[in-house]
Amino acid sequence: MALPGSLNRYLLLMAQEHLEFRLPEIQSLLSLFGGQFTNNQGTYGKSPFWILTIPSEDIARNLMKRTVCAKSIFELWGHGKSPEELYSSLRNYPVEKMVPFLHSDSTYKIQIHTFNKTLTQEEKVKRIDALEFLPFEGKVNLKKPQHIFSVLEDYGLDPNCIPENPHNIYFGRWIADGQRELIESYSVKKRHYIGNTSMDAGLSFIMANHGKVKKNDIVFDPFVGTGGLLIASAHFGAYVYGTDIDYNTVHGLGKASRKNQKWRGPDENIRANLRQYGLEKYYLDVLVSDASKPSWKKGTYFDAIITDPPYGIRESTRRTGSQKEIQKGIGKCPESHVPVSLNYHLSDMFFDLLNFAAETLTLGGRLVYWLPIYTPEYTEEMVPWHPCLKLISNCEQKLSSHTARRLITMEKVKKFENQDQYSHLLSDQFLPYQGHNSFREKYFSGITKRTAKEEKSSQE
Amino acid sequence: MKLLTHNLLSSHVRGVGPRGFPLRLQATEVRVIPVEFNPDFVARMIPKVEWAALLEAADHLRLAEVPKGPIQGYEQDETFLRKMHHVLLEVEVVEGTLQCPESGRVFPITRGIPNMLLNEEETET
Repeated sequence: MALPGSLNRYLLLMAQEHLEFRLPEIQSLLSLFGGQFTNNQGTYGKSPFWILTIPSEDIARNLMKRTVCAKSIFELWGHGKSPEELYSSLRNYPVEKMVPFLHSDSTYKIQIHTFNKTLTQEEKVKRIDALEFLPFEGKVNLKKPQHIFSVLEDYGLDPNCIPENPHNIYFGRWIADGQRELIESYSVKKRHYIGNTSMDAGLSFIMANHGKVKKNDIVFDPFVGTGGLLIASAHFGAYVYGTDIDYNTVHGLGKASRKNQKWRGPDENIRANLRQYGLEKYYLDVLVSDASKPSWKKGTYFDAIITDPPYGIRESTRRTGSQKEIQKGIGKCPESHVPVSLNYHLSDMFFDLLNFAAETLTLGGRLVYWLPIYTPEYTEEMVPWHPCLKLISNCEQKLSSHTARRLITMEKVKKFENQDQYSHLLSDQFLPYQGHNSFREKYFSGITKRTAKEEKSSQE
Repeated sequence: MKLLTHNLLSSHVRGVGPRGFPLRLQATEVRVIPVEFNPDFVARMIPKVEWAALLEAADHLRLAEVPKGPIQGYEQDETFLRKMHHVLLEVEVVEGTLQCPESGRVFPITRGIPNMLLNEEETET
């Protein structure tokens, strides 16, 4: 419990995965719960140890009920670069803040965690004994203690260069673990209905967190595919809508994406996916619709738009076109009237998406989407811009040696007015991103060059 | 398709603009599917509902007991909210059509899913 007027420092133990995505996730979640991300440690970069100041333990607990990037959070009682510094830091921690967790009626245990090094049992016991100076009055209970205290020793990040002594040592009271188990329980491997580009579970939860999704929100995915992104939002209590231009995918028909399976079964559709996880009550509707020509009425009713638009590589980038361009071989279902044009340029698609978000998001609502980039040519100016949307974060995930995708998060900060939809034409970056229209070609050009090189070297 | 969704949809046929709302709803197959009642969510939806459109659609589906408009203090009125919950979320059109009131263009609803795709000639530029 926090004393009034005192600053409460917490230690977050982060998972070492999706490194760039972690800070925006924590920041978004803290702002969702009324906290603010203030840190006394500068930038975190690759470290799994983050010290931050949070106004109350409630906010810390709420944060952990959502994050998939953080493993655990501790109330930080002391830290230092050596055992002596740690002990001195602990002696400076106000006793009145320790006492509620150490009194004689309570039970506790102390754990030692070391990162990038293994200690013997003997070494661990020595470290616990060294903490005897702390006013522990309760009884030790290793099975079900009321309070768990942890010593965390940081031996760096290089497994090939493990130091004799830790870089940092922390001591804190364990408060809660994060939601990393969701990654396994919602794994795409076990999901009933998947597509060729279904989003990895961890990333789908990160996206929902970047989007500040909360209970009773309405979340929309205009490129819904098999509905993976909707699942994460529904898990957090939001009601969900999806649209997709592909009739078969929306209906759950056609060829299966699983190896060894030819056609999709009756339990394979977006609604069934939500049902699999007990989230069917959050299913509003899905529609067959062209995201560039939306059928939504004028108004603001989406709290978040979270989506993974097609990049034109494994799923084609399409929009409706004239009769002459009807795609051949649509598949099992003949009513899937999809007159298509294959020339929907990526830059158009993102500007349509931003305009749509600016029009239909509630004020403060967020747009979260993936932007494919060709790394050798990428500059920050290429990230699509809109006068009503503020850029919150831009996190890269490498796809190949010369391509990547960036998770862009934007927040609606201004009411949409009619002239706003043409603003991008005046923007300097309208031209730079045009290069990405041939993203498909650039993606494959790297592969062609590599294959040619390999063939050449195998002939030598 | 739920009636909440119908209330948010508009025709995007070229030249139609705001006269494309609301779409005229006809159903050949309707089902009622129970959904867990969440008063907070329903209360949040009430200000977004276009009542005339909702009443017209409910009428076409021959639904009874549809409130004619939001009542004073609806946020705390469980009876009202339960009725709205039922109308907006539990009634689903499985087979039917949505018709643009201005152009007459028909969008089919199949297996509960509306198909809003148009040809290029029909859409707004």
